Amino acid sequence: MTARALINVPKKAKRGDVIEIKTLISHVMETGFRTGTNGNMIPRDIITSFACTYNGEMIFETQLFPAIAANPFVTFYTVATESGTLAFRWIGDNGFEVTQEAKIAVE
Amino acid sequence: MVIIGFAIFATARAAEILLSERRSGYELMSRDSKAMQDDDTSNPASLSVLDGESMWSAKTGSAGKSCADCHGDAEASMRGVAARYPAFSAARGRPIDIEQRINLCRTEKQNATPLAFESRELLAITAYLGKQSRGQPVAVAADEKTKPFIETGRQIYARRQGQLNLSCQNCHDDNAGQKLAGVELPQGHPTGYPLYRLEWQSIGSLQRRLRNCMIGMRAEPYAYGSDENVDLELFLMWRARGMTVETPAVRP
Repeated sequence: MTARALINVPKKAKRGDVIEIKTLISHVMETGFRTGTNGNMIPRDIITSFACTYNGEMIFETQLFPAIAANPFVTFYTVATESGTLAFRWIGDNGFEVTQEAKIAVE
Repeated sequence: MVIIGFAIFATARAAEILLSERRSGYELMSRDSKAMQDDDTSNPASLSVLDGESMWSAKTGSAGKSCADCHGDAEASMRGVAARYPAFSAARGRPIDIEQRINLCRTEKQNATPLAFESRELLAITAYLGKQSRGQPVAVAADEKTKPFIETGRQIYARRQGQLNLSCQNCHDDNAGQKLAGVELPQGHPTGYPLYRLEWQSIGSLQRRLRNCMIGMRAEPYAYGSDENVDLELFLMWRARGMTVETPAVRP
């Protein structure tokens, strides 16, 4: 099964409003410091970065590290300036890459 | 510590919790954990529910049938179903839990291989079914067929076992609400399974939780899908009768 992402962006906002954006993605976030049943190290498999653009402009970016729990939940705020698209991108180990978009209407 | 512990349990009353005084483990959680469960977009168990939703309509097995081919729209056909499980199966001659019911459908109707307990797929489809009963009251049958198994479950619940010589009852009836290693002991009502446990960093079944407790008691855990586990599940659901299903819940 592929990675699932859940995004919560208000569908509508007034211009100048501060809006909360919540994102949740399914990922094991394997630290690379744990041993498996056979005593071998389980290789690291984490999301390394997450970014959000608002009509092409970067509004939020973060790096993720092994201490972050499975299924990272990232929430942040921005100012609703104009109608358009919020694009989200998660990048991780082993070629992990997920992109999603959400529309917002600003009045 | 051992002496204190013994003293608490020795003076404990072995009475059942009054129906009106039953409380879901939800009420013991922090504000943050409650908020996580209340908002589907921040509840990590929702990711499993979404997986289950796509499994529902995916054809599988050599019969080439999906769940939806027989059962239609899960939101209508599966409403309240998980709240009635474990339920008596005429084919097995004993109660089966929802995971076993799903696997029965897979082997008999879809000609597919049964899913392993705690596999990502089985948890996903169970969570999806459980979600359809959210808000409904727990309503397992307590009739002539199931009563002997509820009774067996009750006996397992009351039986002291393991190196610590504890029964489920010692913590979850007699000392519920008291502290165990700084954590408040819940009454142990399984209203939200499968649920996302922060400690597990994943979604897990009631049987996983039961086995966890058994290991904590330093007792031999019952095998996944064993009669003992299902009887215990049935008793616990009967004990939580009328309480609201929270599936998929979040717990610390």
